[in-house]
Amino acid sequence: MEALRQLFVVGFGAIFVYNFVLALFLGLCPFIGVSKKMSSAVGMGLAVTFVMTMASVVTFLANLVLIWLGLEDFLQIVVFILVIASFVQFVEMVIQKVSPGLYQALGIYLPLITTNCAVLGVTTLNVAKFTPDAFGFLASAVHGFCGGIGFMLAMVLMSAMREELEFLPVPKAFRGVPVAFLLTGSLALAFFGFGGMV
Amino acid sequence: MTTAYITLALGTGATVVAAVAVLAVLGALFGLSLYVGSRVFAVDVDPRIDAVLDALPGANCGACGFGGCRAYAEAVVLEGKETGLCAPGGAEVCAAVSKIMGVEAASADAKVAVVHCRGDACSARERGRYAGVADCRAALVPGAGGGSTACAHGCLGLGTCVAACPFGALVMGPDGLPQVIERLCTGCGKCVEACPRGIIQLHSRKQHVFVLCSSHEKAKAVRAACDVGCIGCKRCEKACDKFDAIKVIDNLAVIDDEKCRNCAKCVAVCPQGTIWNLRKARKALDKKRAEEKTAAEREVACPTS
Repeated sequence: MEALRQLFVVGFGAIFVYNFVLALFLGLCPFIGVSKKMSSAVGMGLAVTFVMTMASVVTFLANLVLIWLGLEDFLQIVVFILVIASFVQFVEMVIQKVSPGLYQALGIYLPLITTNCAVLGVTTLNVAKFTPDAFGFLASAVHGFCGGIGFMLAMVLMSAMREELEFLPVPKAFRGVPVAFLLTGSLALAFFGFGGMV
Repeated sequence: MTTAYITLALGTGATVVAAVAVLAVLGALFGLSLYVGSRVFAVDVDPRIDAVLDALPGANCGACGFGGCRAYAEAVVLEGKETGLCAPGGAEVCAAVSKIMGVEAASADAKVAVVHCRGDACSARERGRYAGVADCRAALVPGAGGGSTACAHGCLGLGTCVAACPFGALVMGPDGLPQVIERLCTGCGKCVEACPRGIIQLHSRKQHVFVLCSSHEKAKAVRAACDVGCIGCKRCEKACDKFDAIKVIDNLAVIDDEKCRNCAKCVAVCPQGTIWNLRKARKALDKKRAEEKTAAEREVACPTS
């Protein structure tokens, strides 16, 4: 029961309290770049969720290897990038062959988010020594999955707002990315309300 | 534990060696598995798809009826669709694609968009002031008031067509009517779809005479709403005795492009000035462009500054 409670806390925290985009400010690149339309935002969100979950799992195992070799202090980041990039590339190949439909839906975003800082961020946070009760394997996977869900939530909210923005008289200097950043800031302030819940 | 063994075996610089070794091994391992994976999961893609995609303009405008240039390329190669569906590409692209596919090139007729309304700020009267979302489709949503123009078929001037054009060939004129920049127009048809009142239509570039009104109202209503609308008097119909190309259908004069020979007899007899002959204006623009082109070429050959 205690383990389940911990998992829930980790998950809820990753989606709302420590939302990767709005609280930790990771992964702003795809967030701003792909949030213009709802359909692409959902596709990107699903791809990021998938990659973050898989990356959490794979890097946790890689980290065990590094700990066994005693090199985890300084090889962690490099090896994580190597592992994530290879894994995502491999998965993209598999998806393209096995399911062309799925590839059309989210496969094209996979190369874009391979070394996205949100992905590297979640994997590094999973194994970080400063977390009071360091994440075990399941907690890492849940953290990655819910981090992705939080990312998708933020993107869907953002794309809904940006679609409305198309019809409003935004001053010329602010059109496009600048007003999107202003909106992101406001959304981040709104998510501040979740602070302290977990 | 292992670090202890490594240090024991190789001395204190051993961690560097160990780090390099680990990265090398991992890199080799992953590289090998990716190579194996690329062989096992190889997808057979017809190289002609990429060749056709290169030949297409790449604007992803959808004029061909498919979801972007790649979708059209796949349809041509995999399903054998016609090669001449790319309106922006025109005859040039049709020939290139036909060459790749090894078929005879079909001829693609060059089309251009024409705005069938001249109800500008001077001629057309307004029913009221519109203060909603600046989009023609939004203005005509039930409950939004039905648009600000007195004429129920007239141009609202909110610029939905201008925004829809992927080539920048439509600009909003100072009089509140959209203007077509004909040298940029590729006949893709996006503006035709965008206009909620169906005011914009595609015509062959060989057609120069147009009825610039879309109103089906009776003469009294048209005169009340606009100074230059078609009143359905049928004088044009009577004037076109030789070719029978213009007919008044449902209170609006309509020109049959196939029959019309651009003689412009109807233009002369129209009491409202609704029918326009664009031949002179188009010729003047072509001449001006040709002059500018030779001037530019001369400048390149012998720069004056």
